[in-house]
Amino acid sequence: MNLSPLSVALVGAAGLLGAGFYGLLISRNLIKIVLALQILAKAALLALVAAGQAAGSIALGQSLALTVLVADTLVAVVGIALGVQVRRRTGTLDVRELSRLKG
Amino acid sequence: MPVLLLLLVAVVFAVQAVRSGSLLASALWLAGVSALTATVLYLFGAAQLAVIELSVGTGLVTVLFVLAINIAGDDPLTPHPLVPKGLAAGCCLLVAGVVAWMALSSASAAAGTFRAADLPLAQMLWQRRGLDMLLQVVLIFSGVLGMLGLLSERRSPLDGGLAEEVAEGRDRDLQRLENQLHEKPEAGQ
Repeated sequence: MNLSPLSVALVGAAGLLGAGFYGLLISRNLIKIVLALQILAKAALLALVAAGQAAGSIALGQSLALTVLVADTLVAVVGIALGVQVRRRTGTLDVRELSRLKG
Repeated sequence: MPVLLLLLVAVVFAVQAVRSGSLLASALWLAGVSALTATVLYLFGAAQLAVIELSVGTGLVTVLFVLAINIAGDDPLTPHPLVPKGLAAGCCLLVAGVVAWMALSSASAAAGTFRAADLPLAQMLWQRRGLDMLLQVVLIFSGVLGMLGLLSERRSPLDGGLAEEVAEGRDRDLQRLENQLHEKPEAGQ
């Protein structure tokens, strides 16, 4: 079986996507959920660059992936800051407990 | 072949990152995923993005995760997951398989049909994708402001020494009033 570089990258991106979704489904910790989102963003990054290379314009893929990278980093930063603040105020990072809190 | 091997290792690292019993270990596994992704990006010819991914994804984000774990505690809370692990693994394998199949079939169908103009990255970023750059600047500013707002300690103006001083002054005034009230009846008698 002769796989092209694009196919290899897309299979790898699908694998990372599966791992990220698995993390989102089984995690109850807010920080670990942010970590799973990071894995999902890595999959998107990889797919964009591979598609850019396959289209013959690696710069286009890189420029799109850079936007994803910036947005992904900001999601991580704000998510982590939110997690720290939630922990300070409620004493837990468990999303199940947080969904029960009222007022 | 090296790309396939690196991606396989990256997927294993990613699974370890979400399955690990320690948040600190998860952050380190994630740093490994970022480093491997940066290597794959470099092998694909995206050298500039690989450097940014290596410095931001592997460096900055890992440091932030370690800082947050240090403040919030290393409790992964995984004994009773929201979705049973077997069901979650089955669903994710199914999704990954379907996505891979769709991507491979569309990639083979579209191969060679789309050719974008190949420009230098700087020209592509600042001329063709100028709006994206503007969006990134806005995102960075709003992210920094949001993080500062979330991490700042909101202190009451009467916190600390000032609050104690005000309380002492109030106690003194109350004591003086009480003494005056006691003295007046005695003076009347």
